[in-house]
Amino acid sequence: MSLRKIGAIAVKELRQASRDPLSLAMLLGLPTMMLILYGYAINFDVRHVPLAVEDRDKSAMSRELVASFVNSTYFDLVSDLPAGADLGRLTERRIARAVLVIPEGHARTLAAGRTAPVQLVLDGADANTASTILGYASNLVAGANVSLRLADPAATLPPPPGIDYEPRVWFNPDLKSTQFLVPGLIGFILMLTAVLSTALSVVREKERGTMEQLRVTSLRPSELIIGKTLPYLGISLTATGVIILAARFLFGVRVQGSYVDLFVATLVYLVGALGFGLLVSSLADTQAMAFQIGTVTSMLPAIFLSGFIFPIRSMPAVVQGLTYLVPNRYFLVVLRGVILKGAPLSTYAGAPRWELLFLCLYGAAVFGIAYARLTRKEG
Amino acid sequence: MAQVAPAPSSVIEVQNLVKRFGAFVAVDDLSLTVAPGEVFGLLGSNGAGKTTAIRMLCGLLSPTGGTARVLGFDVGREPEQVKRRIGYMTQRFSLYDDLTVGQNIRFFGGVYGLEGEALRARRDWAVQMAGLEGKADLLTRSLPGGWKQRLALACSVLHEPKVLFLDEPTGGVDPISRRRFWNLIDAMAAEGVTIIVTTHYLDEAERCDRIALMHAGRLVALGTVSELKDVFAGRAMLEVSCPRVLEAQERLEGEDWVLEASVFGTRVHVVVADAEEGRGKALDVLGAAGFAPLAVDRILPSLEDVFIHCIEAEEAARAS
Repeated sequence: MSLRKIGAIAVKELRQASRDPLSLAMLLGLPTMMLILYGYAINFDVRHVPLAVEDRDKSAMSRELVASFVNSTYFDLVSDLPAGADLGRLTERRIARAVLVIPEGHARTLAAGRTAPVQLVLDGADANTASTILGYASNLVAGANVSLRLADPAATLPPPPGIDYEPRVWFNPDLKSTQFLVPGLIGFILMLTAVLSTALSVVREKERGTMEQLRVTSLRPSELIIGKTLPYLGISLTATGVIILAARFLFGVRVQGSYVDLFVATLVYLVGALGFGLLVSSLADTQAMAFQIGTVTSMLPAIFLSGFIFPIRSMPAVVQGLTYLVPNRYFLVVLRGVILKGAPLSTYAGAPRWELLFLCLYGAAVFGIAYARLTRKEG
Repeated sequence: MAQVAPAPSSVIEVQNLVKRFGAFVAVDDLSLTVAPGEVFGLLGSNGAGKTTAIRMLCGLLSPTGGTARVLGFDVGREPEQVKRRIGYMTQRFSLYDDLTVGQNIRFFGGVYGLEGEALRARRDWAVQMAGLEGKADLLTRSLPGGWKQRLALACSVLHEPKVLFLDEPTGGVDPISRRRFWNLIDAMAAEGVTIIVTTHYLDEAERCDRIALMHAGRLVALGTVSELKDVFAGRAMLEVSCPRVLEAQERLEGEDWVLEASVFGTRVHVVVADAEEGRGKALDVLGAAGFAPLAVDRILPSLEDVFIHCIEAEEAARAS
């Protein structure tokens, strides 16, 4: 193998990439664009739920309950309704997603030491959001009950329960879904760009007939393959850096673990992704075809079968089996560990966790198959 | 790995070379030799097997049967040894449109393992040879076809190969550029490079030292231009100008003094044993049949006449 020849190909590849600023911008900029888009669009957090209030009591007590809803920032007061307002119309038009109804005599009932009912009407069309809102509301009411008892020197209310429930959420204390999504996005975006850039660069040479010219030089297939993948490895690693920076400054996602671990894990993952790109290039004869095969085979599994959005544990057994073939599945676990938990890479390189090993195996297997296919003799 | 090839008296030796793609026989029992410094033309219609033959000789395709040795190396068993020593240029020539002239030269030089002073020297040589002085920074895409072709030729000989394969190198290029291109080929041949070229153009074939004519995968004629034209030795070629050439050709073909008659555009070419006698008979026969205006002249047979004769003879032999 000649470094000189590999260098000649790598330099040519970079020159062609820089000659085509649009593609280069796409390789480096698109990941960040997607991060921003997906980061803001795929958001499972529910905040600022439009809330209408029908306060028939109009007492200090009832106003305090409403204030506790609004102050939580989960709810925004959008409408103060008169008694007997048409609640159905309000939710149909989506002016309010929830309506809090406080019956007349609320304060009086409480003062008498009895339980005072309040009603929460929810728009259940979006079941996920509705159950999240329900959870918030129950917590707020429970909180209100606690303060009522504390402010009740006469102890006319029943005593508080004995178990003091204090949940602590680790690694992502604010339960922000972007924290959880960013590692998945890195895996998804890198897979897409690495596969497409390599596949397209090889197929372009087939299309233009330059591949034939290269084959008749004494260039070894290994020299060609290394020379072609190295530049895209560099570009993909740069894109990773850009995503990490963007994730930090846009979404406040900090890398808790070591950057060296992150780099090594990404490198191993990228070798597999670039190998997959080469494999795609051996199947396609035109750039359009390479683009289609590349997007379908890398993007769809990266979204649906990796645990990026849909938890693998809740998939049917057969589909769960399939996910073992998707490298993103492993990469995601490692990335979430390193980025969110600050876990050292060695956690994933031995019992009971083997993710890094699987990534290495995947890379070696895919590269091997691609190499065998690309060096196959014609005729 | 040092490999010493036996000093060959011929640069290329092809024996009973066969290439099949499934049931299709692309090259059928081809045998020929090419001497050092020769400009060897491979002619034939589309699908005659020229490109398949050349791709086997370059080590890009392995033969189904027979042997071919280039510079002493077997193309089937030692394709890498062959590739290292040859240059190859196709009609769909293979430069990178989105690189500049200089970058293309540097890239191919690098791929051929040139570096440092050697690369610089060859780059200057290539720019000069292609007539691209002062244009090294132009994008290849912006060059006219003839210039691209010369640049492609220069890029394919950066490593100074002893054998150069050109597969329809001048397709779609204007006549002046073709002439310049052929001057480059002649200059290289004068320096001892062996050149194998396929072409459709008969004027280009006339510039070759020797020609092989292929038809349906088989070699149907092989020799120098004058040797091939000797097919008609002792016979004469007449050119008949008249209306309704197809009808005239049929009528002439039926005459026993006519050896061959074929339509050439708006004329009929007729092979006869004796020019004067044939001319008189042709005028009589066609005149009596009412072909007017009518003219019959003796002409020198062209390569095209030779090829049509060879292909018709081959097809007749196969049919029987």
